[in-house]
Amino acid sequence: MTTNKLARPERFFEDRFGLTSSALERLLGSHLAGRVDHADLFLEYRVSEELTLEEGAVKKASRHVSQGAGIRAQSGERTGYAHTDDLALPNLEEAARQARAIADQTSASTAVAIGPGRPHDLYTLAEPPVNAALDRKVALLLKMDAAARALDPRVKQVIASLGSEDVVVLIATPSGWTVGDVRPLTRLNVTVIVEENGKREIGTYGGGGRVPFDFFLEADRGEADRGEADRWRRYTSEAVRQATIKLHAVEAPAGEMTVVLGPGWPGILLHEAVGHGLEGDFNRKQTSAFSGRMGQKVASELVTVIDDGTIANRRGSLNVDDEGIPTRRNVLIEKGVLVGYMQDRLNARLMGGEPTGNGRRESYAHQPMPRMTNTFMLAGQDDPADIIRSVPHGLYAVNFGGGQVDITNGKFVFSASEAYLIEDGKVTRPVKGATLIGSGPEALTRVSRVGHDLKLDEGVGTCGKDGQSVPVGVGLPTIRIDGITVGGTQV
Amino acid sequence: MLDLLGDVLKRARERGATAADAFLVEDRAFSAQVRLGRVDTVKHAREQHLSLRVFSGKSAAAASTSDFSRTSVERLVDEAVSLSRITAPDELSGLPEASGLAREIPALDLDDPTGHDLSPEEKIDLARRCEAAALGADPRITNSEGGDFADRRARYAYAASHGFAAEYGTSSFSLSASPVASENGHMQRDGWYHVTRKRARLDSPEEIGKTAARRALRRLGARQVKTARVPVVFDPEMAASLVRHVAGAVAGPSLYRGASFLLDKLGQQIAAPGVTIIDDGTISGGLGSRPFDGEGLPVLRTVVVDKGVLTSYLLDTYSGRKLGMASTHHAARDGSGVTVGTTNLYLAKGAADPKDLIGSVKQGLYVTELIGFGVNGVTGDYSRGAVGMWIDNGELAYPVEEITIAGNLLDMLRAIEGVGNDLVFRDRTAAPTVLVGRMTVAGA
Repeated sequence: MTTNKLARPERFFEDRFGLTSSALERLLGSHLAGRVDHADLFLEYRVSEELTLEEGAVKKASRHVSQGAGIRAQSGERTGYAHTDDLALPNLEEAARQARAIADQTSASTAVAIGPGRPHDLYTLAEPPVNAALDRKVALLLKMDAAARALDPRVKQVIASLGSEDVVVLIATPSGWTVGDVRPLTRLNVTVIVEENGKREIGTYGGGGRVPFDFFLEADRGEADRGEADRWRRYTSEAVRQATIKLHAVEAPAGEMTVVLGPGWPGILLHEAVGHGLEGDFNRKQTSAFSGRMGQKVASELVTVIDDGTIANRRGSLNVDDEGIPTRRNVLIEKGVLVGYMQDRLNARLMGGEPTGNGRRESYAHQPMPRMTNTFMLAGQDDPADIIRSVPHGLYAVNFGGGQVDITNGKFVFSASEAYLIEDGKVTRPVKGATLIGSGPEALTRVSRVGHDLKLDEGVGTCGKDGQSVPVGVGLPTIRIDGITVGGTQV
Repeated sequence: MLDLLGDVLKRARERGATAADAFLVEDRAFSAQVRLGRVDTVKHAREQHLSLRVFSGKSAAAASTSDFSRTSVERLVDEAVSLSRITAPDELSGLPEASGLAREIPALDLDDPTGHDLSPEEKIDLARRCEAAALGADPRITNSEGGDFADRRARYAYAASHGFAAEYGTSSFSLSASPVASENGHMQRDGWYHVTRKRARLDSPEEIGKTAARRALRRLGARQVKTARVPVVFDPEMAASLVRHVAGAVAGPSLYRGASFLLDKLGQQIAAPGVTIIDDGTISGGLGSRPFDGEGLPVLRTVVVDKGVLTSYLLDTYSGRKLGMASTHHAARDGSGVTVGTTNLYLAKGAADPKDLIGSVKQGLYVTELIGFGVNGVTGDYSRGAVGMWIDNGELAYPVEEITIAGNLLDMLRAIEGVGNDLVFRDRTAAPTVLVGRMTVAGA
């Protein structure tokens, strides 16, 4: 596969599978035009590669190719969806017939035409990460292993992995409108296991985005004043630091207390506490704890929350969403007031709104639904050090594992992988096993301080919904929340 | 299917691989979702996947594709072979000994050829009846995330260059409902489901719907409780999650990486004497059953924990060699090669009536749902969000939410004071009700 082929999605599917634009138009036109509120065809070709180092050597290497088409027909609230990984025309026709069967049972209402809009150019790369030379990738993983072991003799095991993919998509509708995108994505991850006096701990760190392989070999721009080393080296030292800190962590406290969240990845709080609850599907179905609360105050006035799919090279960014709608910067909560939902075409149509560039799917084998892109809170005025000083007794949480939410009652959970006690305004002992649980509609009303240090995460987030995983980003400045339940063991 | 695998292996050898194995899956799936009585989504799917693992001497690599065209398959082989030239040699890598391969393919009754005969309309109707039973159960059931029917038929084939080639087919059918209950402006969602290999054995749509409604209704009015150390009763679904954590910790790769809280515990008492955990891939019609593992080895019944004593790890050929042991025939295939997977994994039933287990608790928690990912597999540290019922003087008193339960898995396993007699296989992993003597419940 060559780079220039992938740079032009229309030509790619034509050259490889003979799917010319006129053939697609005929296929969609004869089976779907005029019979439904909306129909589209999603073509996808994905190449991915994974390299894994363990015990000082790259022993696992794999490469995967997947391809397929999803055809969708919608009438009213009904969706017929058929997908196949055989891209021969007769097979696509059969899929179109299956998708249409369900929509045929009602007559179409007046379709709302959605103009193509101008797609962005957020991640055109000279060389997609999947195409970079294998020996350079192997050399990087070996360097990470050596660096981790050199950092601390307690490091017993290093598992480093590099995953890269390049995905070509083409979205076509019966009106003859097509839009394509070529989406590179890469992620470098390192996990270390440390041991001291028979006690073991694990630390893990990584990053990436829609960036070339060389991204990992560079220092962070804008952080040069902090003397930051190359990204791969920073990921490695972070993993070691987190693991060794945990060796001496005390048991986390249990019960409700004041919590300060550090900048960056703790933005997962927003993703879980409000993000999912503001996705259009749950609000149309009125199964979200935020249903019917548009225009109401749902957070402290210090809080403004944005979902922005247009930030260049970010993991959660897209030129167009998986329905062909250009992504945008959507304000969800402005100064505490709920002002926006995230929408795909179906839910926008049924709710009388417009799609917001949030229609996403895991692959051709999944139908789109409203999903987040990069979700973050705008910076405030406070000095982060002052925020910590303002807390007599509480928890300072700076790194997290995963999170989860129950949309209907708004209860969310996320787990700290690095957290400390705050005693008399000072960060003191590290704690382990702190899980934070809260109520979505309440958590952000308790935000009492917002720092000026907004940071986006490193680029490792994956969001699961209805069994579909998509890459996302989060971000947060340092914030103080007055009262959230910390689930530890120490009563 | 076997012809294609044979060609792939032959080609891999021609390209310089010294050994190889390949796995192929083909499936057809249908699902129908109904919401508030109306069709929401109907989905047809057709998928296939071929994955290849090659060895160049002692170096290994893998590749996979969903495109079975001649050019694509040739590219697959070329890429796997060239990748294997950049990976480091590993003395322990390779296929299992040919002598251990499954000699005959046992009939495990995993297929239901006539189960797929229903028309799409009949399948939609099953989903509709299931949701309707939930919606009609109580006026407080006011909304729904839908009723679902899904079926799938798949064929699997495996072949290895040292002389193995076999295939088998499976079916599965599932039905579920997810109603929303509301009262005083507060909503609660819950659901119920059933999955089987034979359609005729599916629970009735009405039964599933009613159970889903009962589960959603009992959550209404949930509140927080005060932070306390108390006994925790895990309902069967949640007890099964504990069994999954044990399986993760005794999987070969976790052990040889030193990433397991059960490291070096073979032969030791890791749980209370009432705890016996078994993985049995030979159960006729079982959702996790298969005639051979991902390396062609015959599936077995493995006792993982026997009366609290850790008696076996779960190993594939490579992790077995790393630990100086034999494979326990738990190889599973993914696109990247071979991993370890369980089959039908369960906590053997005990003697206690679940009512008596709850009845023995003065103040404590009955857990019906866990959320979040606060489990550290290396240390066993455990802290997850929980939903359930508060137990007051042996009775389920009121629903609780926005709490967490925390402890350490090893301590929790040792503190299991009671195992219920209510084991039912609803999924590949199952457990009866379990009482853990003491955990920290964090709340207000």
